[in-house]
Amino acid sequence: MSGTLAWVPPGTWPSPDQVYDVTVVGAGLVGAAIARALAGYELSVAILDARDDVGDGTSKANTAILHTGFDATPGTLESRLVRRGYDLLSAYARECGIPVEPTGAVLVAWDDEQQAALPGLRAKASANGYQRTSLIDADEVYAMLPHLGPGVRAGLTVPDESVTCTWTTSLALATDAVRRGAHLLLGAEVLAVDVTGAPARDGDPHDAWTAIRTTRGSIRTRWLVNAAGLGSDHVDRMMGFDRFTITPRKGELLVFDKQSRPLARHIVLPVPSKAGKGVLISPTVYGNLMVGPTAQDIDDRTDTSTTEAGFAFLRDKLAALMPALQDEEITATYAGLRAATEHADYVVDVDANRRYAVAGGIRSTGLTACMAIAEHLIGLVQETGLLEMRERNDLPDAPAMPNLGEAFLRPYQDADRIAADPEYGHVICFCERVTAGEIRDALAATIPPTTLGGLRRRTRVMNGRCQGFFCGAQVRAMLDAAGRDRS
Amino acid sequence: MTGTFSQQAHVRVAIIGGGPSGLRAAAELAGLVDGEVLVIERESAAGGIPRHCAHTGFGIRDLGRSMSGPAYARRLTERAVRAGARVMTSSMVTGWAGERALEVTSPAGRMIVQADVVILATGARERPQPARLIPGARSAGVLTSGELQGLVHLDGRRFGGRAVVVGSELVSWSAVLTLREAGCRTVAMATQAEQREAYGLVGALGRLALRVPVLTSTRVTRVLGQQAVTGVEVEAIDSGERRIIDCEIVVFSADWIPDSELARAAGLRMDAMSKAPVVDTALRTSRPGVFAIGNLLHPVDTADIAALDGAAVVSHVMAFLGGSSMSSDSIDLIAQEPFRWIAPARLRMDARTPPRGRLLAWSDERRYLPTIVATQAGRVIGSVRSPWPCVPGRVFRIPVRVLSGADPAGGPITIGLR
Ligand SMILES: Cc1cc2nc3c(=O)[nH]c(=O)nc-3n(C[C@H](O)[C@H](O)[C@H](O)COP(=O)(O)OP(=O)(O)OC[C@H]3O[C@@H](n4cnc5c(N)ncnc54)[C@H](O)[C@@H]3O)c2cc1C
Ligand SMILES: Cc1cc2nc3c(=O)[nH]c(=O)nc-3n(C[C@H](O)[C@H](O)[C@H](O)COP(=O)(O)OP(=O)(O)OC[C@H]3O[C@@H](n4cnc5c(N)ncnc54)[C@H](O)[C@@H]3O)c2cc1C
Repeated sequence: MSGTLAWVPPGTWPSPDQVYDVTVVGAGLVGAAIARALAGYELSVAILDARDDVGDGTSKANTAILHTGFDATPGTLESRLVRRGYDLLSAYARECGIPVEPTGAVLVAWDDEQQAALPGLRAKASANGYQRTSLIDADEVYAMLPHLGPGVRAGLTVPDESVTCTWTTSLALATDAVRRGAHLLLGAEVLAVDVTGAPARDGDPHDAWTAIRTTRGSIRTRWLVNAAGLGSDHVDRMMGFDRFTITPRKGELLVFDKQSRPLARHIVLPVPSKAGKGVLISPTVYGNLMVGPTAQDIDDRTDTSTTEAGFAFLRDKLAALMPALQDEEITATYAGLRAATEHADYVVDVDANRRYAVAGGIRSTGLTACMAIAEHLIGLVQETGLLEMRERNDLPDAPAMPNLGEAFLRPYQDADRIAADPEYGHVICFCERVTAGEIRDALAATIPPTTLGGLRRRTRVMNGRCQGFFCGAQVRAMLDAAGRDRS
Repeated sequence: MTGTFSQQAHVRVAIIGGGPSGLRAAAELAGLVDGEVLVIERESAAGGIPRHCAHTGFGIRDLGRSMSGPAYARRLTERAVRAGARVMTSSMVTGWAGERALEVTSPAGRMIVQADVVILATGARERPQPARLIPGARSAGVLTSGELQGLVHLDGRRFGGRAVVVGSELVSWSAVLTLREAGCRTVAMATQAEQREAYGLVGALGRLALRVPVLTSTRVTRVLGQQAVTGVEVEAIDSGERRIIDCEIVVFSADWIPDSELARAAGLRMDAMSKAPVVDTALRTSRPGVFAIGNLLHPVDTADIAALDGAAVVSHVMAFLGGSSMSSDSIDLIAQEPFRWIAPARLRMDARTPPRGRLLAWSDERRYLPTIVATQAGRVIGSVRSPWPCVPGRVFRIPVRVLSGADPAGGPITIGLR
């Protein structure tokens, strides 16, 4: 199937007779990357998500670092896929215009134990195939990061760690999947799966299908791919397995005013030590500095609230790390939930009998690794020989994504663009300098936002220091008008 | 300089911000300056914050009568235009292209405006939830009073339900009125202050007429609700006791911060406490030819006071344009507890009088019949007894005569209370 239905609007549902070749559960970074890759073959693909938008789970709330994988555990699947994912996503980012800023990182040691750990980390990086680290002394650390607090002992540079935009990445992958013909079914939470009841005509596994019951209706699929993030263990159990359990690990973050950005031009990474994993300071592609994340195991998989204890912890760390940053205003706070499991590695597996694949427990490196996870998982499916996979030669170009990064020309700064279309000169959100043209484009895009959060992630509107004091009313009115036009 | 540009312009005076202070300065300068006076305003109409305030009470000290915010905004805009100033709307200054050169984005293009004098009149805004470090979810129903006013007055939204208003300054009561207009009941106002921060009269009237319980010595510790607000957790500061108030809307009011991005981007000297650019009594910033007026300097006083800053800056701008040399003779004014900041924060020896002859200050404590004391080099150089109390949440005005004994060579002056 190629290039038929693009966006499946809320309220419509595929016909009960339709049997998809593959249905991906979860439209986060991992699910979107898998669906996009699958839609590159002559297959009919559906993507289901419980939420009303793509990338609305863990994929919207991380630190957005494109990791080199220097500190992964050598030999793990995660180590391999992070390395590969870094290359794949970097290339894809260039193709789509996803902003990537090569800030580089410095691991900073503050005591004997941490300093002693640096050579080991360097060796680990080598074992992971990353050779560009170097050990530097305290003076060199301060030369790179003059605003660090007193007491730095030494550092290890990781020049290829970069920052990117996680929102644009999941939207690009999902948009690409939809333009390649995948059906995106949002607001559909998977409640139950029926594999055993699927009739296999003449026992031919190619014709067997699985019924997926969701909050919006049922669909049939030959293969099911589980990329349900925090819900991946539940879906795995629906498929009849009992092999991992997700314990959400909350990570809280503070985002500082853009005026603080000159205080750190590189990512400041903590050295893992007995005292636990410290917090990092990172520039964001939007021009802010960010401090976090915390790491707190919790029970509630929906609890993305920030906490007093989390704030106190971060403020405390910050006081030692970078005292000058304490005086800056805080623009935003948020929390993301890592899908941690009892296993030290990703859970990526295929079950030929049930025509089922899972990519679960992608806890803290899934942004970087998502395209490699897709490649690896599809390889495993291919090996079963149960899914005929012919590459398409009629694929559309990768989508050109609106640039949300400060390091690249933004519409409000672009005289030619404004001359061609004055809406790009009409600034609506003053703090983030988002123009009416960009909001208009987002509302008319392949996957339009239906919520304020969705519009914010696509444009940065209302994400700035005033949080809507000036433009909130106008932005809501624009979103509502677009919703009325669609219905 | 960032981005690309299609146009260049030169003006005598560029005023950034078309609120009461900027418009008033424009109205007066346009008739005096030989050359263009340009007001650059990022919103679709000039007028500043009052444009969003439906209630009356504007214009008392500057126009001698009380009118609604929108009427006041229109009046000030008309005056500036009639005097010959150019008011450019939907035009945002996004940065500096030189000492007094501005990068401007508007639907008409991206341009550089070169000016002989720049006046910063960018105003102030309220801190939203994250800036106050109040934890909870990022849920729908969390607003500032600025956004609330936009929703109700400019966009005509109506919503029912219950609200908690954080703060109890004048603007907080204004939020209660706006909520009522929207069909939403304010079930509580929560303020950390021991006594009501709002003007005594407004507070008392408000409580009676609007029947809003004011929780003093109370801080909001959490916003509840994952997708949408379901309530707030409040703590009685003295006992530490916490409880939950059910509501669907939380309005974070007051807790002002100047819109000082451009001032900081220029590298101007800043006041660490008010986060405003430091100016002297002639409203000059640390960069020659760059002035600052309005709530950018004193977050936040009433609109008429901001407008009168606009009137006061005129003679200093004319002096600068006339080439009169700037003496570097000025002294730092340092706020001492209970004052958090003083504006202007420098006394110029050749222009000692701030707008309206008063220094503005922010007090963290309530004091009745306060005596203001100025000290230089350990010696008291002046004191003034004020009939007005100083109250947290309200700008306190100090007659500048308290500095009349200042010694030009005596070093910084501390201003506090006895
Ligand atoms: C604080 C923090 C910092 C991080 N920093 C980084 C970083 O710097 N770099 C990096 O590479 N990675 C980072 N990560 C990790 C990265 O964000 C995740 O690995 C990645 O987002 C996982 O994507 P996903 O698609 O597996 O999960 P998700 O984005 O959670 O997507 C899963 C989707 O499945 C849907 N779903 C679940 N159950 C069901 C159901 N029953 N029916 C239908 N739909 C369902 C959910 O609604 C959700 O949309 C960080 C994570 C956190 C929490
Ligand atoms: C909810 C509320 C209720 C109030 N009620 C009263 C009342 O009843 N009576 C009273 O006297 N006062 C009231 N005030 C205070 C009064 O509104 C302010 O004192 C007054 O508006 C300050 O004037 P200003 O010129 O300093 O700033 P503002 O009115 O804030 O104007 C600043 C202007 O600068 C523009 N600007 C900022 N940056 C840029 C840029 N980079 N480029 C272009 N333009 C820019 C802004 O868009 C804005 O229009 C209230 C304030 C609020 C928030």
